Amino acid sequence: MLAFIVRRLIQSIIVMLAVAFIAFSLFQFTGDPINNMVGPEASAETRQLLRERLGLDKPFPIQFLHFVGNVVQGEFGVSYRLGMKVEDILVQRLPATLELVAVAALLALAVGVPLGVYTGLHRYGAVSRLMLTLSLVGISLPTFLIGILLILVFAVWLGWLPSFGRGKVVSIGWWTTNFTSWDGFRSIILPAITLSLFQMTLIMRLVRAEMLEVLRTDYIKFARARGLTNRAVNFGHALKNTLVPVITITGLQIGALIAFAIITETVFQWPGMGLLFLQAIQFVDIPVMSSYLVLVAFLFVIINLVVDLLYYAVDPRLRIDRAAVGAH
Amino acid sequence: MRANRPLLEVDRLRVEFPTRRGTLVAVDEISFHIDPGEVLGVVGESGAGKSLTGSAIIGLLEPPGRIAGGRILFDGSRIDDLPYEQMRRIRGKQIGAVFQDPLTSLNPLYSVGRQLIETITTHLDLSEGQARKRAIELLAEVGIPAPERRIDQYPHQFSGGMRQRVVIALALCANPRLIIADEPTTALDVSIQAQIIALLKKLCREHGTAVMLVTHDMGVIAETADRVAVMYAGRIAEIGPARQVIKQPLHPYTVGLMGSIPMVGTDADRLVQIEGAMPRLTEIPPGCAFNPRCPKVFERCRHDRPDLIRVGPASTACWLYDGQAGHD
Amino acid sequence: MTEMHASATVGGRTVDLIRRFLDSDVFHSFKRSPVVMVAFCVAMIFFAGAFFSPWLAPHNTFDASTLNLMDAFRPPAWKAEGMKEYLLGTDDQGRDVLSTIMFGMRVSLIVGFCSVLLAVAIGVTLGLISGYLGGAIDSFIMRVADVQLSFPAILVALLIDGFARSFLPRSMHEELALYVLILAIGASNWVQFARTVRGSVMVEKGREYVQAARVIGIHPAMIMVRHVLPNVIGPVLVIATLALAVAILTEATLSFLGVGVPPTRPSLGTLIRVGNNFLFSGEWWMTIFPGAALVLLVLAVNLLGDWLRDALNPKLR
Repeated sequence: MLAFIVRRLIQSIIVMLAVAFIAFSLFQFTGDPINNMVGPEASAETRQLLRERLGLDKPFPIQFLHFVGNVVQGEFGVSYRLGMKVEDILVQRLPATLELVAVAALLALAVGVPLGVYTGLHRYGAVSRLMLTLSLVGISLPTFLIGILLILVFAVWLGWLPSFGRGKVVSIGWWTTNFTSWDGFRSIILPAITLSLFQMTLIMRLVRAEMLEVLRTDYIKFARARGLTNRAVNFGHALKNTLVPVITITGLQIGALIAFAIITETVFQWPGMGLLFLQAIQFVDIPVMSSYLVLVAFLFVIINLVVDLLYYAVDPRLRIDRAAVGAH
Repeated sequence: MRANRPLLEVDRLRVEFPTRRGTLVAVDEISFHIDPGEVLGVVGESGAGKSLTGSAIIGLLEPPGRIAGGRILFDGSRIDDLPYEQMRRIRGKQIGAVFQDPLTSLNPLYSVGRQLIETITTHLDLSEGQARKRAIELLAEVGIPAPERRIDQYPHQFSGGMRQRVVIALALCANPRLIIADEPTTALDVSIQAQIIALLKKLCREHGTAVMLVTHDMGVIAETADRVAVMYAGRIAEIGPARQVIKQPLHPYTVGLMGSIPMVGTDADRLVQIEGAMPRLTEIPPGCAFNPRCPKVFERCRHDRPDLIRVGPASTACWLYDGQAGHD
Repeated sequence: MTEMHASATVGGRTVDLIRRFLDSDVFHSFKRSPVVMVAFCVAMIFFAGAFFSPWLAPHNTFDASTLNLMDAFRPPAWKAEGMKEYLLGTDDQGRDVLSTIMFGMRVSLIVGFCSVLLAVAIGVTLGLISGYLGGAIDSFIMRVADVQLSFPAILVALLIDGFARSFLPRSMHEELALYVLILAIGASNWVQFARTVRGSVMVEKGREYVQAARVIGIHPAMIMVRHVLPNVIGPVLVIATLALAVAILTEATLSFLGVGVPPTRPSLGTLIRVGNNFLFSGEWWMTIFPGAALVLLVLAVNLLGDWLRDALNPKLR
């Protein structure tokens, strides 16, 4: 168990270093960063001074180590566009994105898994066929279009829900939340549905496919042959085996949610990290781009670790006690 | 002849698979019975319909396969047309099953004990604790050492032979009156096959359980079965007492089958081989299904399909014996 | 004489092939599913309408001289203020919406097809190398694949685009945007192809005929190309069809976000982006029609891919 976690941690660190390297190289490709920081009228001495202060006169590997050191301490530099420290901007933006992603993920799981199980168990039923066709429409609808349509119907035509922004948020320490005010809660409904719809259909189709796969196995047939109730076979034996791959994919999909939040945040002008990143790309704001990258990679690594641990908890085959294997 | 009512009676059972190129008849109007405590061996090449017959009896034919005709009676009452829930109560409780591959018959995510206890409490009115006690006894009975410790282990921690013992324990755990064992040793090492067969034989004798032993291994039949049914292309070619069928086979197919088994102590110079292969279900010839391969074929075999004809203690579906005795 | 004979055999063979196709399970399941047939027709009509848009489109939206700003913001023809010659209305520049959709879909499809071809090329090559060589190279490629797979395609594409923006001068970027986009989407979708091909190579490698071929001295690369590639055509085709849908969506999304195709060559995503600015003022047709065209196109491709997967793999039905 411990060895497993250590191995995973080492892998995660390698991935993080690789991402940090990519983020760092962004700076290298953009020409002289000094030009971005001081005006073209600055004197050669000022430039040299700044260069030395930032360590830009040092060789490449030293600069990289310096960069990694800064990142570990949570220092990401200063945004070219906003002139603020990137870490301050990120702290300000992080809660908006995480709350949106969390609500969307819960929504996708709460609807997707039961629908997947249902359509897997009643594969020839009319409702299942309808759901399956609808799910295909679901994965054919781009996220931004869902957002636009929801805005058109619920904000423009019906006027029920706000079409942009977070509404009224309440600060709890450095965190800001949507859930303590009615206005904030109303504001998150449309973005969360927009973000979750694609994942919902994906999870449903995945759970259905896995369920069908598992229901064909010998151990399910044997469980039926032992006269176990349908409930025990379907929800005890089949569902648990279905969940093993579903956990992995769901983990990956949370990563996808963070990425797709970029789109949702753009459509709804949601003040999260995704919107920040997109604006950074358009303005070639390298410090923001690279720190978004590092932060998102960090979130992904954490999610993957959690997924691995969950896997471990669900599947006894991974908890192999080598001594007991093959004992006759 | 028969003093008691048979435990299982299969009467003109027909199993069909509808496909887009017409309906395949996989089991073609076969009839046989099994008496209480008796071991009936069912032999034949793969595709002869042996396993499907077993699946039909326990009501677990996989769609699109279906029972298209005939009756199955268990202890005098029909079971082929029971609703799912009533049939479920019979499975495991009255009719147990052992499948071919012990590696895939057990749910990998649940401990052996959980699977046993679950089956016991489904059919018997026992508490969790009592069921666990019975599960340990059963494991000991099927020859698993240190059952108190091994009951909490997972299937992957058992070897193939040990897993098949667990499967047998699972099949026996509600004391069924009939066990359908579908190639229970085929997936095992040769050295372990004999042990498992001996165990099955011993347990069934002790519990008074009847067995329908599906296999393609004549050696297993010779050692275990009281009577044997030989199947060919979905039909019964010959059925009778095991010694009789092995020593004095009637049907030319059985003769060929016996001739192809190497026997220690007989001085046959070479093994007999049956020319050709069993026809595919789409290409079964009119008349006797064996006629294109039969060394003793004559005109009638190509047009009329033979019924089972009683010859001494056995019966065979072959025109060679027409007129020698009355129809069964 | 011999020539005629040869062509007759070729003809016979073609007829035979067609007959085999008409009798195959794939064609049978096609005939049996009306939804798939409709999807096929929709996809074909869209493909034709898009690729031949310079000849088929009612207006040339790239020719500024034909534009009339007086005709801007016309609703669809069946509305009171609509005009007969603009069936689906006009946009803010007075361009015919139907024509912009046809030209836009052309751009979307070009990016989609090219990026899928690129993904197939990268994926199949890396899959063959990885599966065949094994060892350190295999685990390296697969590790990269794992890591990339945990980063969503849209993020990888955005990143490549961001990279390109940061080290290409602005004027060049404009020019190269289409290629950057194809590269970005293609490079973000290769993993599935690589995994499928690698899996197949691993299976075939152990087969006896491959061992036998090796013993008689046939070059292993030859074996891979002759025996493994034919086996993966089916799965690769299925993945490619579904990947086409994803690529079209990714392109539309990037263009909607304003980091996709250059504004001079608007795709469906660009049209929706522009239309979105006018949604609140009631000019819904500028968003809804390109959006509907996009969804129908992707849905048709998805339906075909889904059906193809089931038809080629009856076990999963």
